[in-house]
Amino acid sequence: MTTATFGPMCSSGAFINFGHSDPPIRMGKVWLNDVPAYTGIAAVDVYIGATEPSETEGLGYGGAHVIEDLIAGKPVKLKATSPGTDCYPRKEIETYVTKDTINQAYLFNPRNAYQNYAVAVNSSNRTIYTYMGKLLPKFTNATFSSAGQLSPLLNDPYYRTIGIGTRIFLGGAEGYVSWAGTQHNPLKERLPNGTPTGLAGTLAVTGDLKDMSTRYIRAATFQKYGVSMFVGIGIPIPVIDEEMVEFLKVRDEDIQVEIFDYSVQRRNKPSYGKVNYKQLRSGKIKINNKSVQTGPISSYARALEIADLLKERVSSGKFYLTDKVQPLPLDGEYRSLEILSQEEL
Amino acid sequence: MKKRKLVLSFPEKIVTRPITYKLVKEFDLEFSILRAEITPDVEGKMLIELKGTDDQIGKAIEYLENTGVTIQEAAKDITIDKNSCVDCGEYTSVCITQALSLDNKTGKLIFNKDKCILCELCLDCCPVRAIRVNM
Repeated sequence: MTTATFGPMCSSGAFINFGHSDPPIRMGKVWLNDVPAYTGIAAVDVYIGATEPSETEGLGYGGAHVIEDLIAGKPVKLKATSPGTDCYPRKEIETYVTKDTINQAYLFNPRNAYQNYAVAVNSSNRTIYTYMGKLLPKFTNATFSSAGQLSPLLNDPYYRTIGIGTRIFLGGAEGYVSWAGTQHNPLKERLPNGTPTGLAGTLAVTGDLKDMSTRYIRAATFQKYGVSMFVGIGIPIPVIDEEMVEFLKVRDEDIQVEIFDYSVQRRNKPSYGKVNYKQLRSGKIKINNKSVQTGPISSYARALEIADLLKERVSSGKFYLTDKVQPLPLDGEYRSLEILSQEEL
Repeated sequence: MKKRKLVLSFPEKIVTRPITYKLVKEFDLEFSILRAEITPDVEGKMLIELKGTDDQIGKAIEYLENTGVTIQEAAKDITIDKNSCVDCGEYTSVCITQALSLDNKTGKLIFNKDKCILCELCLDCCPVRAIRVNM
């Protein structure tokens, strides 16, 4: 069975190796279309993060747009500076690159495909702008972000088939699960059917940017919040036994998710209970007896398209299923950051 | 009876004159003002839905144009770029009249222009800037 998701996933980005110029440069600072990239690795290796804003265009253009432009084959302006060394004498370079001219480029997304997420509402008197979109005052709307019954990790809630090494569909190309994603939290409360009711498992994924398509990787701008990136992921799940059949039968009405008040600017936000995805997809839920309009941040239509496309690739022999090399952790504490002195540690 | 949604623009020199009331008085039209605002360049803008016969509406439009009001069909001012749209659905949660909705089966965006009141709440919602409203 094929599963898929297509939603904004901030924890995404690409490693790029530009190849060496003549004379060569050890890039100290790098900008791609005026978006800074991280260079604290080898001479011409950089990491461009999806959410990095442009230094000239602010929140309207960022790392995700650079990635989308590269995938689209558009020329991207590369600027780099360096103090210069004996082995890398060049101090400055400005040139244009495309995905065909750069040596290598692959996405490495530290946290994608969240197993479940949250419903966002706003109890305050003013509109707030969040990574869950625009939230109107006084519980006027609610947003959510999950493919629900189609989502990979909700169909394999205990990671029986999805693990490190699993071959996946990533942004139109073949990719792999490279590690458990950051904030992977398998001990999150679960329903008897295994599905967690909030932020649980996550995946770190890798794939060749040069083979991707802008239909499945798209830059996103959230007003007054910043840049993110829509990432399309598809994962085939082999039906290995009867228990797997039970997991794969999961429907939107079987998956619950918690409602949080995003106007409370704290780590732990007040909860307004749980709803299921069938209710969320109906367009209306009830909060404190008030009818609240709902809207998804992720695209179910595009997820469905990916699941169908992957199914077609698997059945025509273009995509081969792999067994995982190592399972994802099923336990481990999910830690938060406390402000401590050395003595308090 | 017909319904027509129009954007009326009142230039500065007539912006303080009582004009819309004549639509009832002279032309026996029913109308609802869906939105009204004065723009920074002191032009009055009004989104209005007129209800009446073709003849009544036609005469009212003629009257409005003669007084200096510029008229545009409202629905034509909204565009959704289907090529950049990814069919997410944040806008469906802010669309008060549910002019924007998602198809139950396919999950794709449906835009029902008749229901739109050009409130523009959806405008800054679209993460790929596919929704544009020009009023």
